[in-house]
Amino acid sequence: IAGMRILVGVKRVIDYAVKVRVKPDKTGVITENVQHSMNPFDETALEEAVKLKEKKAVDEVLAVSLGPTKSQEVLRTALAKGADKAILVEVDDATAAKLEPLHVAKLLSKIAQQEKVDAIFVGKQAIDDDACQTGQLIAGFLDWPQAMFASKVEPDGAFFKVTREIDGGHDTVKVKLPAVLSADLRLNEPRYATLPNIMKAKKKPLEKKKLSDYGIEVTQQTQVLEVTDPPVRKAGGFVDDVPTLISKLKEKGVL
Amino acid sequence: FLPKRLLQVMAMMLSAKPLVALGTRLAQRSSRFASTLVVAEHDDEKLNSITLNAISAASKLGDVSVLVAGANAKKIAEQVAKVENVKRVIVAEDEKLKAQLPERVASVVLASQNQFKFGAIVAGASAFGRGIIPRVAAKLDVSPISDVIEIHSEDTFSRPMYAGNAISKIKSLAPVKLITFRSTAFPPAKVEGGSGTIENAPSSDVSYDKVEFLGQELSKSSRPDLQSAKTIVSGGRGVGSAENFKLIFDLADKLKAGVGASRAAVDAGFVPNDMQVGQTGKIVAPELYIAVGISGAIQHVAGMKDSKVIVAINKDADAPIFQIADFGLKADLFQAVPELTKAL
Repeated sequence: IAGMRILVGVKRVIDYAVKVRVKPDKTGVITENVQHSMNPFDETALEEAVKLKEKKAVDEVLAVSLGPTKSQEVLRTALAKGADKAILVEVDDATAAKLEPLHVAKLLSKIAQQEKVDAIFVGKQAIDDDACQTGQLIAGFLDWPQAMFASKVEPDGAFFKVTREIDGGHDTVKVKLPAVLSADLRLNEPRYATLPNIMKAKKKPLEKKKLSDYGIEVTQQTQVLEVTDPPVRKAGGFVDDVPTLISKLKEKGVL
Repeated sequence: FLPKRLLQVMAMMLSAKPLVALGTRLAQRSSRFASTLVVAEHDDEKLNSITLNAISAASKLGDVSVLVAGANAKKIAEQVAKVENVKRVIVAEDEKLKAQLPERVASVVLASQNQFKFGAIVAGASAFGRGIIPRVAAKLDVSPISDVIEIHSEDTFSRPMYAGNAISKIKSLAPVKLITFRSTAFPPAKVEGGSGTIENAPSSDVSYDKVEFLGQELSKSSRPDLQSAKTIVSGGRGVGSAENFKLIFDLADKLKAGVGASRAAVDAGFVPNDMQVGQTGKIVAPELYIAVGISGAIQHVAGMKDSKVIVAINKDADAPIFQIADFGLKADLFQAVPELTKAL
């Protein structure tokens, strides 16, 4: 497709290496003064779009994020990694706390239609809510074909041939564009943003919008009643050698 | 003339209002006992065991109907009808439903929903279930709920977030609950004892042609499937190479165990990715989990910490895996694992 454009959805999440802590009042996890970064799966989705652009299969990569003002940081990172332009759909913190994948999917569907993109790439799941829904929801809203958990993407005229990670191995589907893809970890190795590219990214266009610009209201369908720590598992300590290990496992009845 | 009481009754019958109110009350009551649709997962040969876990979870929500869509669905339907708690099996057999592409299966689910008005539409939280449930949810304009580990009531559930480091108790206000269930949180329904009726699915358009299934490649293994294995032996970066993984396989074979891996072992190319256990791989909860040469990163622990007994074999005594292991063996795996295999 000549002039192919890809929309990539990126989310700002607590960094994957942070051990999260549940708030004492059980309303959520502590996010203040905690390292945030781009959701790792979104980095993979973005990398794939940029690679396709470098192969001249794609002309433009548009990065979109929905979230509070700070989500601008992940869009600047996306621009530094090769996105051409970005849209931040800004919400206040109270609204951000109520967002569900359904709302994100509605927004991305709307932007995809307005911007007439040929494909939407998202990460397979965000590592904060672990929902694994947005890509499939978008495909449902737009009635586009979906290729989820992609580990290989090959452009093929008006189609993408996509290898997907499934439970027992992998399968291959051919989806007609426009289509929605979600990235699995093994799709690629995301690049680092270099300093010159970070500087250049500051000059790339980053548009700020509101949800109302797209006519989307955040009506909650999922209320969080409480967030708690998982049950704590206690270490049982060390055993001295293999024979002791075997006898202990026999005692427990698992051998 | 008519008695006053009779007049009142007649007036009531003529006025639509009380009837509407009664209708609404009945609808509310029936929705509380509305049945649940389980979307079955299978390979046209046999039912995937994750569907049995989903059926047992669904039976806590009310009567269970199961939708079997596929190219050879009638055969699977007969298996499903015998599963305990299954009241009705809805069958959609069509060559186009081969490989159960979500774009086409969604049409069958929606047609069934239009006819039967289920209170919930659910599946196991596998690649298949995660593919289909949110797509159907979008068509119904409802927020799905992923990876449910506990059912508190027909609208209140618990699910893990942040790689299992927080448990969120949520109330769904959605008019229809679209849910995936974590298989390890619910026991499988028994494959015998049920006597569900089998009927054809209402007709739907499964001609969606913007997607084509080209084929699949499944890892061949004679070992038990990870998700249903009673014992799992997993290897990590410490195993060092694909060749060295033989140590893990040998131990697993002795134990009739499934074999898993950490992301590090998969990324290093020691084993294929469908063996990955963790936040973004498989979630397992066997009776016995033996972690060999695995440090125990948050993301790996997310996939196995509900195992009944955890054994860690690692030469680094400070490895985080020892903080959750019931039995830790600080040892060189190249000595300890063969010794263990030999002793069993």
